[in-house]
Amino acid sequence: MMKKLTPILLSTLTFLLGWHLITRYSDIPNFILPSPLSVWNRFLKSVNDGSLPYHTWITLIEIVLGLVVGVLFATVVGYILAKSRSLEKVLSPYLVASQAIPVVAIAPLLVIWLGDGILSKVIICALIVFFPVLVNTIVGVRAVPSALYDLMGSLHASRVQTLWKVEVPASLPVFLGGLRIGATLSVIGAIVGELVSAEQGLGFLLQLGDFQYDTPMVFVAVFMLIALALMLYGVVRLLENKFLKWQERSNV
Amino acid sequence: MHTPILTIRNINTVFPDENGGLRALRDVSFDVHPREFICVLGPSGSGKTTLLRILAGLIKPTSGSFTFGHGEQPSIGMVFQQANLMPWRTVTENIKLPLEVKQMDEKSTREKTKEMIELIGLDGFAETLPRDLSGGMAQRVAIARALIHNPDLLLLDEPFGSLDALTRERMWTELSRIWQARQQTVIMVTHSINESLFLADRVLVLTRRPGTIKMDMEVDLPRPRNDDMRYTPHFGKLARKLREAIE
Ligand SMILES: Nc1ncnc2c1ncn2[C@@H]1O[C@H](COP(=O)(O)OP(=O)(O)O)[C@@H](O)[C@H]1O
Ligand SMILES: [Mg+2]
Repeated sequence: MMKKLTPILLSTLTFLLGWHLITRYSDIPNFILPSPLSVWNRFLKSVNDGSLPYHTWITLIEIVLGLVVGVLFATVVGYILAKSRSLEKVLSPYLVASQAIPVVAIAPLLVIWLGDGILSKVIICALIVFFPVLVNTIVGVRAVPSALYDLMGSLHASRVQTLWKVEVPASLPVFLGGLRIGATLSVIGAIVGELVSAEQGLGFLLQLGDFQYDTPMVFVAVFMLIALALMLYGVVRLLENKFLKWQERSNV
Repeated sequence: MHTPILTIRNINTVFPDENGGLRALRDVSFDVHPREFICVLGPSGSGKTTLLRILAGLIKPTSGSFTFGHGEQPSIGMVFQQANLMPWRTVTENIKLPLEVKQMDEKSTREKTKEMIELIGLDGFAETLPRDLSGGMAQRVAIARALIHNPDLLLLDEPFGSLDALTRERMWTELSRIWQARQQTVIMVTHSINESLFLADRVLVLTRRPGTIKMDMEVDLPRPRNDDMRYTPHFGKLARKLREAIE
């Protein structure tokens, strides 16, 4: 554990030091590039006045709800498409076409349709999460060895038994790979929604800082987003460690 | 002799393809008696796997029928060419799969699983994952899994085809021992004449596609059979008969 953390700590310290030196010995004004110390002070201030926890909480809720909705839909649709070649033939052009439209482009529309509350952000988030999870669900379920289906068939297993005892565990590695991508993208989804229009959330805080030339606030919001993304990534990694212990792991 | 436990009558199988269907099996009929060990030999593509899949209820024959002694759908234990274990399950968890499917209570499941692990001589590997097993060990786990629910019929599809020669011959001894201990009815597909003579009471030879039964030969070699038996004139005679029958 210590061994793994040391390089990360070292590189972070180097980064902070470099940043500090640049702001200290160059004449870049604070509102363009704030010093690490002023960002830290801004962070403490926004924690104390309760604004940062509040807006972080809102964004987190949007992300988590978006993830749940997106993953749920993607898994169900992905499973159905994996099982039905003909349905996939009919639907896949639409699914691929939908991916050609950047979420950023339809985010304003969704805000118009669904209002600028949490709902529109949840949906934007879900949309961005949907595709990678969908694709990986399809690939994962398709990759289940046919011999395992034969095995279950020879035992007269029910469809539900085959689902839980074969399809879920066999497709889990690929599925979790999709979830990992989706979890990281979900942060982008929520922020895109908030940047379009919002009264709350880290995206709102970011924009507010921007308008008021409160650049340290912008930095605080960005770092918070990074922290959220890392946390989600960590949760998926935890799931992988828990459920994929059986997989041969290269010695990382 | 006893009344047959399984009667197979005029099984035909045609797989749909572009030019009017591919005939895999033609008029296959034979009887299987209780506790009999039958080997099916035949050139590759002669429909051996198809025959097993039909008996396992995985596919329906195009025409013909097979009936089991008690008139119900037989319970099946199946062993495949690759061990076909679930890589996320330990040896114990793999072996108990059929009992899970039958929703047997945990206590008897645990007892039976333990018994099977002893039978295949893998004590000490109970919590091992398949990735850490050798080919022979994995195939023994597959055999234990196929037997744990005491199936009416054990079907083996070239189970030792992917093992090295030495391990394969050790598995023959192992399988005959297990078969004698468990009193099971077995149908096993193989492409090895030696294997069939080492194990079977009866050998069926299929023709080239569409597969039909060309020869039904009793193997009247005494048991327990061993390596030396291979150099007896009678073994040689039976082996020659089979070799001539296989095109
Ligand atoms: N599901 C299937 N669909 C179409 N053709 C099949 C299918 N299964 C087997 N066949 C064909 O039937 C023939 C017999 O196959 P198989 O039973 O696997 O032979 P064997 O096990 O004796 O090598 C082969 O020509 C094979 O290509
Ligand atoms: Mg075959």
